[in-house]
Amino acid sequence: MQNPDKIESPSSPKRSWMLYLPLIAFFMLCGVFASVLLSKDYSPENLPSALLGKSLPEFHLTDLLTEKPISKKDLLGQPLLINVWATWCPSCKVEHDFLNQLAVEGVKIVGVNYKDDPSDAIQWLNDLGNPYQRVIKDQEGVLGFDLGVVGAPETYFVNAKGTICYKHIGILSKQNWEGQLQAIYQGLSSEACVK
Amino acid sequence: MRLLLMYVLLVSGLSEAVIETYTFKTPEKQAQYNRLIDELRCPKCQNQNLSGSNAPIAQDLRFQIYRLLEEEQSEQEIIDFLVARYGEFVRYDPPVNAKTLALWLIPLFLLLLGGFVIYRIKTAGTFKDQSLLSDDEKQRLDEMLS
Repeated sequence: MQNPDKIESPSSPKRSWMLYLPLIAFFMLCGVFASVLLSKDYSPENLPSALLGKSLPEFHLTDLLTEKPISKKDLLGQPLLINVWATWCPSCKVEHDFLNQLAVEGVKIVGVNYKDDPSDAIQWLNDLGNPYQRVIKDQEGVLGFDLGVVGAPETYFVNAKGTICYKHIGILSKQNWEGQLQAIYQGLSSEACVK
Repeated sequence: MRLLLMYVLLVSGLSEAVIETYTFKTPEKQAQYNRLIDELRCPKCQNQNLSGSNAPIAQDLRFQIYRLLEEEQSEQEIIDFLVARYGEFVRYDPPVNAKTLALWLIPLFLLLLGGFVIYRIKTAGTFKDQSLLSDDEKQRLDEMLS
């Protein structure tokens, strides 16, 4: 064997950088996934509601406290929060104080007592205070199903025309209210849903 | 033996944990029900179908599917009914539309790309065409190989 240095390898050195392409692509993918996973608001359970921008579903149920019939038209005319809660839901207890506070500040909240025992629910409101303008008794979860409720608590942001502009899954708190939700609530007073 | 093991591993992912049972008028309805709860996803869970989940919402949705089947609704109507409330998330078999087109096409594209790369590697690795080498080079090659 003479002069092995002179023999060129079959793949020319010019293209050897291409060998790193898969590695670069891999790191770029890692970057994309990490940026989503590490972002503060990311939660795989935060699915956008299928009803966003759509009208509140029709329902004919009774008021938990007065036992009088209540339907969709009773809720129209003002921007409001529809808060799905139940006494079997521990997180609902966590957010209850904050709901009371919002009610004092003048935020209109309607409760949906979801698949609950009515007497337990009334007891709960007597003990912890009642932040709700009305409480819809949804013992069978009929309204919950039409709203696409996955679990309690969930809060729907509805404008005066009855259009669902936003759905928040999980508790309402001072932090997330001041962070983003208050702006969404204030946006409800305009005609269309404001993002 | 290996086949059996593969089968067990494949099927164990599909194990069903349904507790309540519904009785249907016809075996066809029962089959439709089983198909639907296998194909639809529990909206609360991250990756479980309705048949595999014991979340309360999965139980509710199984009952709704039972109710709708008893009302003589078709499978497609039931799927649409649930998608209208819970969104496309509940479908494990998403439709081809503008939003999902990329999901359907990217694997196909990657498959073609992979095929192309394999083809290039195969052809680049062999020197069938020896006429590219000069006589001198051929002689050197023979020397080196011998």
